[in-house]
This record gives sequence, C-alpha cells and structure tokens, in this order.
Amino acid sequence: MSVNALKLRGSNVGGKISSYVRGALSVKTLEGIVSLVAFVALWQAAVSLRIPYISNLPFPGQVWNSLGEAAGTSGYWLSWVASLKRILISFIIAQVVGVPLGLFMGMSKPFRQLIFPVFEIVRPIPPIAWIPLAILFWPTEELSIYALTFIGPFFVIVLNVMQGVASIDQSFKRAALSLGAKPSDIFWKIMLPGALPSILTGMTVGIGVAWNVLIAAEMIAGRNGLGRMTWEAYTNGNIPLIIVGMISIGVAGYLCSSLVRLIGENCMPWQRRF
Amino acid sequence: MAEIAPLLRASDGGAGQDPLLCVAGVSKSFREGDEHQACLDNCSFDIARGELSIIIGPSGCGKTTLINLIAGYELPDSGSITLDGAPVSAPSFDRLVVFQETTLFPWMTVYANVVFGCKVKGVPQQEMQEKAKHILSKVGLYEFRDKYPSQLSGGMQRRTELARALINDPKLMILDEPFRGLDAMTKELMQEFYLTLFEETGLTTLFVTHELEEAIFMADNLVLLTHKPARVKEILKIDLPRPRHFSMMASKKYFDLHGYAMGLLVEEAKRAFEDGNAIAFDAVSSLE
Repeated sequence: MSVNALKLRGSNVGGKISSYVRGALSVKTLEGIVSLVAFVALWQAAVSLRIPYISNLPFPGQVWNSLGEAAGTSGYWLSWVASLKRILISFIIAQVVGVPLGLFMGMSKPFRQLIFPVFEIVRPIPPIAWIPLAILFWPTEELSIYALTFIGPFFVIVLNVMQGVASIDQSFKRAALSLGAKPSDIFWKIMLPGALPSILTGMTVGIGVAWNVLIAAEMIAGRNGLGRMTWEAYTNGNIPLIIVGMISIGVAGYLCSSLVRLIGENCMPWQRRF
Repeated sequence: MAEIAPLLRASDGGAGQDPLLCVAGVSKSFREGDEHQACLDNCSFDIARGELSIIIGPSGCGKTTLINLIAGYELPDSGSITLDGAPVSAPSFDRLVVFQETTLFPWMTVYANVVFGCKVKGVPQQEMQEKAKHILSKVGLYEFRDKYPSQLSGGMQRRTELARALINDPKLMILDEPFRGLDAMTKELMQEFYLTLFEETGLTTLFVTHELEEAIFMADNLVLLTHKPARVKEILKIDLPRPRHFSMMASKKYFDLHGYAMGLLVEEAKRAFEDGNAIAFDAVSSLE
C-alpha cells in the first residue's frame, strides 16, 4: 500500500528518480543521520573539552584512521570470518535442536513435565558462567567456543517455541479436527505455522544472546575472531583499535539481527502490515 | 394466539420423516472448584432434515456447551446425540461449526483456508479447485482468494468461514452466534445471505443466538432453553412463509410469535438476574 502510494506521488512530481530520492531521504533515514552525527559531534566535543575520564578516549578521527588501517589488513577481515562462522554454525545447531524440542515440549504435557524442571534449574545460569567448564570439557578451544555460543540462544529458543505452541488458540485445532485433519496435519498445518511467530521471536532474541556469549568466549578462549581482536588491542594498549573492534562487533550483531528479521518477514507473509 | 401451538418435539410437525439429529436426555456438568455445576439438564429435541432450527436462551445458559456436544468436541455425561442414527462421539466434517469468534487460520490465504478440508481428505487437485472456485464465487470472495484473513472485513471473514465449511457438504451446519460482533448493516446482509443460501440448498442448519428478532426471522423451529441448568422450555414452530423477507417482521404473525416467545424468554432472564447474571437480564430487557 505505502509503496504504491509513494510511487504514485513520485510520478506526479516527476518520475522515478524523484521517488527514489524521496525514499532514500525518508524521515526515518534523516533522523538516523542526525542522531549519528550528533553522537560523533558530542564525542569530539567531550574529548576536545578535556572532560575528566571521557577525555581518555581517542578522537573520533583517530578511530576512523585506525579503522582504515585495520580494513587494509587481511587479519581484520579474517576476524570477521571467524566470528561469523562460529555464530552461523552454533546458531543453526541451536535452531535445529531447540525448535523441535520446544515444539514437543509445547504439545505434550508429559514430555514437558519430564524435561521442564531440568530446564528451570539450568536456564538461570548465565551462559558466560559455562566458560570454565566448557574449556575443560571440550577437547579443543574451538569446540568449547561453539558449545558456548550454542548454549546461549538454545534456552531462549526452546522456551519461546514452547510458549508459542502452548498459546495457539485451541479453536484452531478444533476447527481443523472438524474439517477432517489427521494428527500430522495438525502438526504441519496448525502447530508449526501457529508457533512460527514465537520461533522468530526466539531467533531474534537468541541471535543477540549468541553474540554476547561468543565475544566473551573469544576473549577468554579464542585464537581469533572479533572478540579476540578487541582483547589483543587491549593487551597492546591500542585504544583506537579497541573501539574499532567494538564498533565492528556492533555492526556484525546488527547485520545478523537484520538477517533474522528479513527471514521472519519472508516466512510469515500474513504478519506483514498491509 | 391459537395459531401458536407449542410443540413438544420439533419433528412432530414433520411429515413422519425421521429426524437428522436427535438430542435425547442430554445432561452435562462441569467441575467448578469442588462443586459440580450443572450446565445442561435432560435436554431433548430433534432437528428435522432441511429445516433451520434455532436454539435461543439467556446469555450463559449453556448454548455453547450444547454446540460443543453436538460438534463432538465434548461428550455428554448422560443421554445421547445421534446423527442419522449414528452416535456422535468425535468431531467430523458431517457436522461443521462456524463459531462466534473467527477460527480462520491466519497463516493461510482465503483459498488455502477454504480448501483445507479437501486437502486433508485428499480430494483430487482438479476437483478441489473446481469446488473452491464454485463456492468462493457463491460467497462473492473469488477475487479475494489470495488475501489473508486479516486483510478482510468482518463480514468477508464470516463468508470465508461459511465457504470453508460448505465445501465439505456437511449434513448439518452449526452456526454458533455467527454474526455477533458485526455491525448492524453487515449483520442484516449476512442474515439475508445465509437465508438465501438455506432456502436454495435446504441445508439442515442449527443456529444459535440470543437475539429473538434474528431467531424468528430466520427459523423454522425455535428451541427455547431455560436459565442454567439449561432445559428445553418449549419448541416453537415458526410458520412464516419462505422465502423470508424483512417486510415480514412487520406482519401480525411475526408480532404474535415475538410477543409469545419474548414472554417465555423474559421469565428465564428474570431467573438469571436473580441468580446474579445481570448481563442476561440487560440483554432481554433492552429488547422489551
């Protein structure tokens, strides 16, 4: 609807280009730019005015130069690749294991009563608290990082899916049964699509948790990755590079969340705003 | 008043034909904390083939429980329900319910919703498509077949739901306050729509409502239920001619039937009020 309206208005004013420019410079984009520019200006001012403690930070320009230098080295990009690979693999395994488990826990009361008490005890342990055990338990540091990055989103996903299934309106099930649905139809055509919004919520929260744990694990046990890069910058006393690392982690997390959101929108066309 | 003869059994009025649905001595109670709350008490009535029967009673009297039993979602504590002589024990597509709240699957398009029954039963693709096209055109939603339920108006959702049921050729169509929550205009259109459909197809229908005007305008038989625990208070034959038209709501016969039935309903609503169900009383007194 809104896209059509925009196109229509654009053609009235003068063709495709103007509508494109209007789209790119929408109010939201402008607000974003203003917000970022103001933040950098404040940072610059705070350091220039020698505000206590804050002035220990490098100038935005120094960070920018450091970023430029880092981007010219293969090491920087290999850190990206290492971290993204770990996130991707661990996160996918967490989905593959967590979604079916959550579905069955939501659908079967006996199964839930069997598994859930353990969940309730283990779940409140922050994923970072697993680090010492994980390092000792797994034969390689790499495997322990994968395991930790798996645990973080795993609980979030299982619980979300479980609650999602349990909250599906019983009248959908009744209607489907009346129309002649078999148990397999109920699962594939009612339960799974009905739980999809919760699965996606679990993924959105889970990907954030996964980055949290991954960075901590890389700093402690990693040999490479964005977390390790930031930690090494700290041991070398290279403050601009620390900030470059932090920004890179932020951007990586943002990209992953956007990807999850994009998947969600494509999986659930009925939830789009019309 | 002489023409309004209360009938013990709706089917007694039929020409000796065996009824489609028999509800015989059905009772049902629910546990509420420690005590059993009787909901239905020894309800008996028949639904004749090709007739539109309406169940009416004060709010909260157990109409929906009765529907759940007939649909097969729950089993009665005692008594029996038979459809074509076979006992009702589970949900089936020979008795389809359209509820007051929409149960269209939000993740399916109009088309996918309508063909759901055919799909799970394995109806051949081509037959399914033809049936769907026919039924969607009939309810005037063929152009909307690729929309999702959330994109439709309330009236269109109701019609989609009817289409989803009708495509399965049910023996008995059960409508549980299906037009509740629609605006007055849409409601009238939907009443007219269903009446036309019924008068064309003769599909045996059980309709639940708490609105007397709607009930008398549409029904062949009116099953009046008492306040909780619900018993059959009386079964009224509505012998207004078919096809029905809104102008009949101004006729003497309609007026007499309405007055008589309202008298019975008000008695029950007053009992409901004494029991503390003020809403039931309001609903009726606003009509008086």
